[in-house]
Amino acid sequence: MKSVETEIRFKLNGREVCLTVPVTMKTLTMLRDKLGMTGTKYACGEGECGACTIKLDGQTVNSCLMYAVDCDGRELVTIEGLRTPEGLNPMQQAFVDHGAIQCGFCMPGMIMQADTLVENNPNLTREEAQRGLEGNLCRCTGYTKVLDAVDAVVEAKKCCGRC
Amino acid sequence: MEKNVTVSPIAKSTLIGQRVKKPDAPDKATGKTRYINDMVLPQMLIGKVLFAGRPHARIVRIDTSAAEKLPGVYAVLTGKDAAGLKFGFVRDNVALKDKVRCEHDEIAAVAAETEEIASRALELIKVEYEDLPGVFTPEAGALVGAPLVHDNFPGNKSLHFEFKHGDLAAAEAASDCVVDSVFRPHHVTHCCMGTSCAIADFDHNGKLTIWTQTQYPYNYKMDLAPALGLNPGDIRVMQPPVGGAFGSKLDVYPYEPIAALLARKTGRPVKVIYSREEEFKAAPTRQAAIIHMRTGCTRDGVLTFRSADVLLDNGAYTSWGPTIPVIMMRTTSGHYRVPVVDFKAQAIYTNNPYAGSFRGYGNVQTTYATAQQMDMLADMVDLDPLEFHLKNAQISGEVTPQKSFLRECALVECLETAAAASDYSRKRKAYAAARDKPGRYKKGIGLASSIHNAGGAKIHKSDGIGTILKVDDYARVTVITGASEIGQGIDAVITLIVAEELGVPVEHVTIVNNDSDIAPWDVGVHASRTTFIAGNGTRRAAQKAKAQILSAAAKMLNEPAGTLELRGGFVVRDTCGTPLIELDRLLRRMHFQNVPELVMVTDYYEPNSEPEGAKHISDHSAAYSHAVHIAEITVDTLTGEIKVDKVTVAQDVGRVINRMGLEGQIEGGIAIGLGYALSENMRIEKGMLRNPCFRDYKLITAPEMPPLDMHFIESNCAEGPYGAKGISELPTIVIAPAIANALYNATGVRIFNPPMSPETVARAIFEARQAGK
Repeated sequence: MKSVETEIRFKLNGREVCLTVPVTMKTLTMLRDKLGMTGTKYACGEGECGACTIKLDGQTVNSCLMYAVDCDGRELVTIEGLRTPEGLNPMQQAFVDHGAIQCGFCMPGMIMQADTLVENNPNLTREEAQRGLEGNLCRCTGYTKVLDAVDAVVEAKKCCGRC
Repeated sequence: MEKNVTVSPIAKSTLIGQRVKKPDAPDKATGKTRYINDMVLPQMLIGKVLFAGRPHARIVRIDTSAAEKLPGVYAVLTGKDAAGLKFGFVRDNVALKDKVRCEHDEIAAVAAETEEIASRALELIKVEYEDLPGVFTPEAGALVGAPLVHDNFPGNKSLHFEFKHGDLAAAEAASDCVVDSVFRPHHVTHCCMGTSCAIADFDHNGKLTIWTQTQYPYNYKMDLAPALGLNPGDIRVMQPPVGGAFGSKLDVYPYEPIAALLARKTGRPVKVIYSREEEFKAAPTRQAAIIHMRTGCTRDGVLTFRSADVLLDNGAYTSWGPTIPVIMMRTTSGHYRVPVVDFKAQAIYTNNPYAGSFRGYGNVQTTYATAQQMDMLADMVDLDPLEFHLKNAQISGEVTPQKSFLRECALVECLETAAAASDYSRKRKAYAAARDKPGRYKKGIGLASSIHNAGGAKIHKSDGIGTILKVDDYARVTVITGASEIGQGIDAVITLIVAEELGVPVEHVTIVNNDSDIAPWDVGVHASRTTFIAGNGTRRAAQKAKAQILSAAAKMLNEPAGTLELRGGFVVRDTCGTPLIELDRLLRRMHFQNVPELVMVTDYYEPNSEPEGAKHISDHSAAYSHAVHIAEITVDTLTGEIKVDKVTVAQDVGRVINRMGLEGQIEGGIAIGLGYALSENMRIEKGMLRNPCFRDYKLITAPEMPPLDMHFIESNCAEGPYGAKGISELPTIVIAPAIANALYNATGVRIFNPPMSPETVARAIFEARQAGK
């Protein structure tokens, strides 16, 4: 029972990727099992928890719902791709500094979502952040420190004058 | 003064109470952390489990021949492969079953090259069942002639607990007011974001290595061994990072011995990992119960007695769930000054899913009852609940009827602090006065408190921890500890304590706590014990190392003993802070001298608590603590929806160690408690779970998390590390009854069967209005 496969090309964290995937494979499975990019997590497989959130052409998607073949010609960023040559990106650093991470399992998705929210809205309010993170479940933190971290990134961006 | 040391004096400072980052956070923030769920070993096979999918049945026959022939399948196991390998508290469980007793009973398991092949193989297993009548409530299970879940447990009776103190009849006669209510705390589940997973591998000497999410690695060996017919000494427990635990990994569950049985059969490592649906169905629940509670008081508002008759839905097997009366009775007897106590609990086997331990461990259920009855009694004697609570609050030095010794008790301070910060008494009156006025939205404020063990709980022969600490030639410290890290942040606490004692940066401390062949014994992460117990163990080990270092330094530097201190990476004169030598240089000198001296110390810390004992009359924890929550809510009386606007928290934490970690534990604990209070509910119909997904089982999300006003009361526990007490369960315990009391304040309605979901609240309001007409 061989499934139909197809070749796709896309950009992953800035690098060109070309590989053959079964047409039934989800993007999450491709990332984790085919490419070894285990930063993106499986926690529900049906788009309810947000742990598998990645960035696709600048917008976040649940990679567990998206077929891998639909990545063809697109640009993907995963949690591994947020890191800058200097180290953690400001959102990742803020999560560390504000104690937003406990078990951390949901955090790759949470950080991807938070980072994209601030990227798309530099004046993000706390209430908007709460709404924007509604689809990302966390069982450890009660979200308070996550929101503190997002607030801090928004504030820091306002101060640096570059935005 | 040593040459090259030109640093100016280093002043005394402390890290205790500061904000220290979790050392594992950067790797978790970048996706670098390799959780057990991410692990792949060479030659690894994937194991999958065939669940019964029916609550009670005889297995007539199983045909696995087609599955065995499928290319890529390496092993197919059924009940006969685990026959006789009983495990669990009362040896009522087995990895693979020969009879179905609940929906998620494991009937067969396969190991295959890929998950896809394993799933296909499961579909090829043919099982013929003969369904049996089941029991789905503890009341039904207790009836004479009820179907038996286990033939060797007559009357479906599982564990039984009792505690009596004083003359109940006399106390009832002396009571002016008695409240009598039946509470029905429901089934919820942990919902760890990382689903259950185990990887097992045998070497050719027959030794098992198991990578697991366990939060009690040492007793885990003892509990896993009988499921495999192994000697516990032949099990090596590896603990990679896990996606949450919250008590759910405090026992052995069948997928773990199944992974091991498959590994033994195939000679290859086997990984079993649950899907979310499997997790909902097969992971343990919080214990569901029926609590018939009565509390009495005099007309002056002095408590006279409390009795609780508890029926527990044991489910099909006995894990930690039915043992929660150990804590339920402590709350019944110790939540406020109760002179007379009558507690009994009986667990009844049913064909429902079975419960494990879950943060709050029986106290979530009991406090939901005790804290509401406190509110009800205050109403009956027409006292402000705050005044009623204060009247009955214990103070330092009191001993409860079960002999819990409240050495440092800050309940009064917690009550007064929270009430003042939230303007409780004024708001309560105002909201009660507005209750019967027109208007769809009603505001309410509710106060609840509880007591919990805060220095471990000596339910095993020892509640101790082993610690090995070494300091290398570069002044880098390694702490090899039994303390498990499951996300709660003991890693940050340990680095903070070592840095505090040895004057090194937190970044220079490494923790080894993931391999039972290396790290010494510990009971596990439970009972709010780890900061208390492992904190003490780490501190004692660090102080031993420090004594050795300072003694060597005094000799080498010709300084009087007892005048030196470690600060900022230097040996300094304690009084003036003058640096005398770099710590790393001193350590190298100690090492490379004629009689070499390495700094490596060991410690076993045993808290001063007493064993629980069969009669449950013992000072079973090294500390006890209180928390008070005051919840402010808005109720939509049309839809029944409760919005929590704010929660004021006052908790006796003993002393703040890592402020950031403490806040995080309280915030997270409250979030779990909020879900329990408002929305989480496993809908189990005739033993079958109807909502095994996040769409239909609703966790608290970011917009629903209220602002918290947290007040840490520092009672300075003499036995705790730097005065600290354990803190992490109380936040989950206290919030639900605070909301329930606020709901009463807002609407005059009480909910005895949580969750306080919109439909339950709306119905209660509707029925109250009908009755009032």
